[in-house]
Amino acid sequence: MKASVIVFPGSNCDRDAAVALEAALGHAPIMVWHGDSELPNSDLILLPGGFSYGDYLRSGAMAAHSPVMREVVRRAKAGTPVLGICNGFQVLTESGLLPGVLMRNASLRFICKDVLLKVERNDTAFARQYAKGDVVRFPIAHKDGCYFADEATLDRLEGENRVAFRYCDAAGAVTEEANPNGSRRNIAGIYNETGTVLGLMPHPERLADAALCGTDGAKMFASLVETLH
Amino acid sequence: MSGAAQATRQATSLSDELIAEHGISREEYARLLEELGREPTLTELGIFSVMWSEHCSYKSSRVWLKKLPTTGPQVIQGPGENAGVVDLGDGQAAVFKMESHNHPSYIEPYQGAATGVGGIMRDVFTMGARPVANMNALRFGAPEHAKTRHLVSGVVSGIGDYGNCMGVPTVGGETNFDARYNDNILVNAMTVGLVDANRIFTSAAKGVGLPVVYVGSKTGRDGIHGATMASAEFDEASEEKRPTVQVGDPFTEKLLLEACLELMAEDAIVAIQDMGAAGLTSSSVEMADKGGVGIDLDLDHVPTREEGMTAYEMLLSESQERMLMVLKPGAEPIAERIFTKWDLDFAVIGQTTESGHLVVRHGGEVKADIPLPALAHAAPIYERPWVLREKQPMIAPEDVKAPNSILGALECLMGSAHLSSRRWIFEQYDHMVMADTVQRPGGDAAVVRVHGTKKGLAISCDVTPRYCAADPYEGAKQAVAECWRNLTAVGAQPLAITDCMNFGSPERPEIMGEFVGAVEGMAEACAALDFPVVSGNVSLYNETNGVAIPPTPAIGGVGLIADIADMARIALKHGGDLLLLLGAETGHLGQSTYMQVMTDRLEGAPPPVDLAAERRTGDLVRGLIKAGALSAVHDVSDGGVLVAIAEMALAGNLGVSLEAAPDRLPAHARWFGEDQARYVVAAAPDKADAIHKAAAVADVPVRVLGSVGGDMITLPGETPLSLTALKAAHGEWLPRFMANG
Repeated sequence: MKASVIVFPGSNCDRDAAVALEAALGHAPIMVWHGDSELPNSDLILLPGGFSYGDYLRSGAMAAHSPVMREVVRRAKAGTPVLGICNGFQVLTESGLLPGVLMRNASLRFICKDVLLKVERNDTAFARQYAKGDVVRFPIAHKDGCYFADEATLDRLEGENRVAFRYCDAAGAVTEEANPNGSRRNIAGIYNETGTVLGLMPHPERLADAALCGTDGAKMFASLVETLH
Repeated sequence: MSGAAQATRQATSLSDELIAEHGISREEYARLLEELGREPTLTELGIFSVMWSEHCSYKSSRVWLKKLPTTGPQVIQGPGENAGVVDLGDGQAAVFKMESHNHPSYIEPYQGAATGVGGIMRDVFTMGARPVANMNALRFGAPEHAKTRHLVSGVVSGIGDYGNCMGVPTVGGETNFDARYNDNILVNAMTVGLVDANRIFTSAAKGVGLPVVYVGSKTGRDGIHGATMASAEFDEASEEKRPTVQVGDPFTEKLLLEACLELMAEDAIVAIQDMGAAGLTSSSVEMADKGGVGIDLDLDHVPTREEGMTAYEMLLSESQERMLMVLKPGAEPIAERIFTKWDLDFAVIGQTTESGHLVVRHGGEVKADIPLPALAHAAPIYERPWVLREKQPMIAPEDVKAPNSILGALECLMGSAHLSSRRWIFEQYDHMVMADTVQRPGGDAAVVRVHGTKKGLAISCDVTPRYCAADPYEGAKQAVAECWRNLTAVGAQPLAITDCMNFGSPERPEIMGEFVGAVEGMAEACAALDFPVVSGNVSLYNETNGVAIPPTPAIGGVGLIADIADMARIALKHGGDLLLLLGAETGHLGQSTYMQVMTDRLEGAPPPVDLAAERRTGDLVRGLIKAGALSAVHDVSDGGVLVAIAEMALAGNLGVSLEAAPDRLPAHARWFGEDQARYVVAAAPDKADAIHKAAAVADVPVRVLGSVGGDMITLPGETPLSLTALKAAHGEWLPRFMANG
């Protein structure tokens, strides 16, 4: 399996994602510079967290128009799995691969902490090693993580079973108190129509190593390797 | 015509007001004339004013700083470079420094704090190290003060936004509230980086005819005279100094970091220096002076973001995210390629020379021509007069009012401004990026893994300002000792410290006396604990309308854990474990948090620090951690033993049943006294014997405090305190305070 990690000039979780991928894959992913218009053949494309181009405009807005993204969009539409984490999720919504937008957190502050997520679906390449309904712990670290879409879009996402993860409490209840950033319907991550593009705000790569006090994120990378190798 | 003669010809006679506005005294001006042999041009006056400022020249502090121990087998680079360097073994080294950004942060909290973080990170990556952890030490005014909330909010988001965007985790720090900082907050930022020990870069521009290269952001008019501002007291007019605060751009700094590290991997750089305080002036002077060469700069080539900038403005601008490099001959193309790739400005703006002078040209004219020694070494060195303040009396435990209930007092202390949870702050910092944070904020020390290894770097920032205010000597000893203890409490071998010396005006003998006392206390503690100073910063004139801050020598320490599997944490782990106190008890309540919160008095001498006992106890604890004898460890500091226990209980979400303290001392002195050199530890009952034996050998007293279990803190004769109530009290204060704007 060949994985590519796209590196924008302000990406800062590219190494973390590469380390987690390498732990699952047994070999390093290819790091692809944003200015490249060529994208190597890849079984998985990962858009990492960070502040692409500084994000002084709208998070992910400029990255969505970088040379490499044209190719990422083409591959995604042709069925190549794409995983967008945090800023990567923002880039996916800005480039139209996923609906909705990530707005400023309800608290208006940056939030870095562990959150609990309910696994809404496990029939995808990203989630097959989780069970549906599992409560998993991932960290979040963002200022613009409040998922917003109009009601019709939200209904459509739910109707098409495209919600990947929701913020929940320890018992798996999807409550307002468990929602760290004001996201509509506690949505932490969503899929495209075919379940091959996943965008999520929490960082699976940050709890994929026993030394970091948690390995719930490792299963996502293991799922991908199991499916795509 | 020679440059000097040309410069002289342009010189117009400078008025006394203009000279005074540049912070240059009459005596200093006389000295300047002597060094230069003529009247300076305005540009030259500007150059002297920043290079001879307190901030750049350390003219009041230098004679005293020499007393600090700075060497040891672990020290690769001591003070004098952009940051200190210590050996981590296996060819790896840690690079670190702490720096103040106090004045700018009071005037413009968001940008002041952000650029403080940016500046300290540049100091570290200038040396070739990738920053891996940020810390900060913040002192705000009283919560009741009208500006405090605004300052906390701005400083915290400024620190967060900069570090978060850079992708360097901010892993911890400390925050105090004290009315004595009402008009002079302190923002001290520390960065730790990792580098291969044989790939360390320095600022000595050795070699003549080498290209001087400018990289990074363009130069604007921001921050002109920041160094001079940082060397003067505040008054009502200080608000007008807002334009002297720089504006930060963390995205550009992230590009600068990656571009610099990429170029450093090539064989291209002779010397590199970041443009921090006093910008282009200070960086070029330092590089040339350290290399023993002269330097010619042609400002026509400096990338500027505004039209019509004068030489004076370009030389004194403190625009952020800029670096000056001296390259090997012929290395310009590779450097240009890398900086262009990262969309950064790159310009050859001069060369090193044999002249021994700084020569600056602009628009074809020589704007300055100054012998380098006049700037770098002729700055006046002051042995300012000083007096020591009278020592405060020791207060007997019996003379401090007892509370109605010990556990009631505990709840008050834990919910006070001083000891409440700092979660509201550290959750705004990305403390997990880089995926090596193995101990997050909230413990004794933060620990980041040395990437790709099992080694851990422990980091802690400490000082107790109320102790230093009562006794600068004993307080500074305590700051060093507490830092050493915090590193020890996670199982690390303490290696070295950086310091940030925050004081009032050195021109007042009682303030200078505080500085002298603090340096002597630090020197003694550093020597006794083999904990040398490898870098640091002095921030003087932290006073407004003649009222100075408490002396605040902030200490940032770094330690090494050989294997993070052996690391200790404060969280209680197992029901049934024993809770033990290691270290001697005298029930010292003078200057304690208990006294401050429960009696509205803050008096007496601070707790004395017995450095030999500190060392014995710390070495014992570190040994027990390594031997796997302890399940949780916490140092005892603010609030005493009971606060330490409560923090361990909250972190582990496990209660404790405490035994009544022996009655040799009043109970409140026993539970809340702040005697030094102590740790609370938890251990399985079958380890107790070994711990007692090891403690006896080390000559460290042990007392059994109680046992772990349940969901309450219980004490004979008192109503139990539930963890739920304790957690609420501890967690609520700061968010509620910040929300009540």
